[in-house]
Amino acid sequence: MGVLVLGEHDNNSLKPATLNTVTAACAISPDVTLLIAGSGCRAAAEAAAKIVGIARVLLADAAHLAHGLPENLAAVIAKLAPGFSHVLAPATTFGKNVTPRAAALLDTAQVSDVIAIESPDTFVRPIYAGNARATVKSAEAIKFLTVRATAFAAAAAVGGQAPIEVVGDTVDLGLTRFMRQELSKSERPELTAARIVISGGRGMQSGENFKLIEQLADKLGAAVGASRAAVDAGFVPNDYQVGQTGKIVAPDLYVAVGISGAIQHLAGMKDSKVIVAINKDGEAPIFQIADYGLVGDLFKALPEFIAELDKPR
Amino acid sequence: MKILVAVKRVIDFNVKVRVKADRSGVETANVKMSMNPFDEIAVEEAVRLKEKGVAAEVIAVSMGPQSCQETIRTALALGADRGIHVNTDIELQPLAVAKLLASIIKREQPSLAILGKQAIDDDCNQTGQMLAGLLGWAQGTFISKLAIEGAEAEITREVDGGLEVLRLNLPAVLTTDLRLNEPRYATLPNIMKAKKKPIETLSPADLGVDASPRLSTLKVDEPPKRQGGKMVQSTAELVEKLRSEAKVI
Ligand SMILES: Cc1cc2nc3c(=O)[nH]c(=O)nc-3n(C[C@H](O)[C@H](O)[C@H](O)COP(=O)(O)OP(=O)(O)OC[C@H]3O[C@@H](n4cnc5c(N)ncnc54)[C@H](O)[C@@H]3O)c2cc1C
Ligand SMILES: Nc1ncnc2c1ncn2[C@@H]1O[C@H](COP(=O)(O)O)[C@@H](O)[C@H]1O
Repeated sequence: MGVLVLGEHDNNSLKPATLNTVTAACAISPDVTLLIAGSGCRAAAEAAAKIVGIARVLLADAAHLAHGLPENLAAVIAKLAPGFSHVLAPATTFGKNVTPRAAALLDTAQVSDVIAIESPDTFVRPIYAGNARATVKSAEAIKFLTVRATAFAAAAAVGGQAPIEVVGDTVDLGLTRFMRQELSKSERPELTAARIVISGGRGMQSGENFKLIEQLADKLGAAVGASRAAVDAGFVPNDYQVGQTGKIVAPDLYVAVGISGAIQHLAGMKDSKVIVAINKDGEAPIFQIADYGLVGDLFKALPEFIAELDKPR
Repeated sequence: MKILVAVKRVIDFNVKVRVKADRSGVETANVKMSMNPFDEIAVEEAVRLKEKGVAAEVIAVSMGPQSCQETIRTALALGADRGIHVNTDIELQPLAVAKLLASIIKREQPSLAILGKQAIDDDCNQTGQMLAGLLGWAQGTFISKLAIEGAEAEITREVDGGLEVLRLNLPAVLTTDLRLNEPRYATLPNIMKAKKKPIETLSPADLGVDASPRLSTLKVDEPPKRQGGKMVQSTAELVEKLRSEAKVI
């Protein structure tokens, strides 16, 4: 019995976390099936078929599967799951929303946010904002997992050629209606997949001042993130939040500006390769985990940082 | 309408948790416990709906050992009308909690169940979704806005790309995100009043639920420690180090 992966996509292309989830699936079984469910999503299924390591793609295409509505989507997964030993989804807001519902429909427990696969039934996951790691064994007949993307490399997006099979008769439960979405538009790389992330905290003082963060980000081709305090204060949109209850990032370089380093924030970024902290308070806890700490006023340090990058080498 | 809120007793978010030496779990002796912060937001939202006249009654449910009654008392002090305590010393995992809640909901027939999106101890982010699945109800997770309009709820959800607005048929299960509201503090008179509000105690058996755990924890250990603490004196030094030492820019 193989592994079923729930693919995340926008009908046309796959979301990066899908590729990391495929890698986790391949660590369990060589027989990996990817489910693409949506409305008008054949292009996404075609992209899925090219991923290296995929044995087959299931395409469930119906109007009532648009927007990843969890009621309808969980029903599709619950119907397919008994043919598999595992069901995996990325631990994104999409995967987290749908997978537990599908698991419950089959009276099955789920292991959330898996960061390592010890064996087909034993998994490691962070608990307490990443202050501890639990090794968990599941005796369930079908093991439902969500996968933390930063803990697994991305599978190669091209090179495979899996067959696409259509999944018919899905049902519309009619419980929910999608009204609209307000997606943050940005030319910058996606936060969770960026090689460099520059994040601002309460120390930025205003949304206007985040321009400094953006200027630095644009110089470095980086994504922009934030602490909860900066989001709560309305400086930046909610989807910028990095942390225990926001996004998990692990870029090559993470620059924390005017962020104190609460454990809830560290939970989202402490697996970054190199961490830089800029803070005027030398005692700020962020310095304890920073590879390079700079004590100083960010309103002086950020323009200097930007100017320094402009200097000829 | 009736609203049911689920409130979990967890280690306070300010506590730096420590892994036990025998790697069986984390240290909980003499550690400050509080209501899960997302559940405070759930209680606040329910109480506001009551204050607006949308809801008639708010029931707070907590599950676990005897001490959960304190967490229920906190919810009562914040404005919930009565409590239900599912008293058990076994380790409750999300599926079991969802089943127990589903059983209570069948008795109480609320129009809304509001949970936190995530318990900050196990960080599972599952229970609300599981509950909605078991009941066959609509689900609105990670919500930052809620309006009840007739037999529907209009919700705004915080998703990875931004925000999403949905309309759900009632009854529904909702889970709260941080920006749904700012919970109030309990006032002394309300803490006193809460002492007189009723709490019903039930066992998993009373609810006809086998709550035994499905997953076994083999060990709990500490994540690898980062070697931080190096300081630079200037932005020039920082940029030079990032270029030639760390080689990340
Ligand atoms: C349930 C729960 C979930 C949470 N989830 C998250 C989460 O996912 N992500 C998250 O980030 N937080 C989260 N938090 C919040 C977290 O506990 C902290 O409150 C938050 O991270 C603090 O943000 P901050 O560091 O920007 O603000 P503060 O702690 O206020 O720090 C601001 C820092 O800016 C510095 N500063 C000020 N002015 C300047 C200046 N001019 N130049 C240089 N430095 C300056 C100060 O010295 C200070 O260190 C959560 C909390 C709870 C209870
Ligand atoms: N033991 C419990 N008692 C009451 N509510 C709980 C319990 N466990 C989980 N919940 C609810 O489920 C939410 C999500 O928990 P979890 O799925 O464990 O992250 C919490 O915010 C609570 O609202």
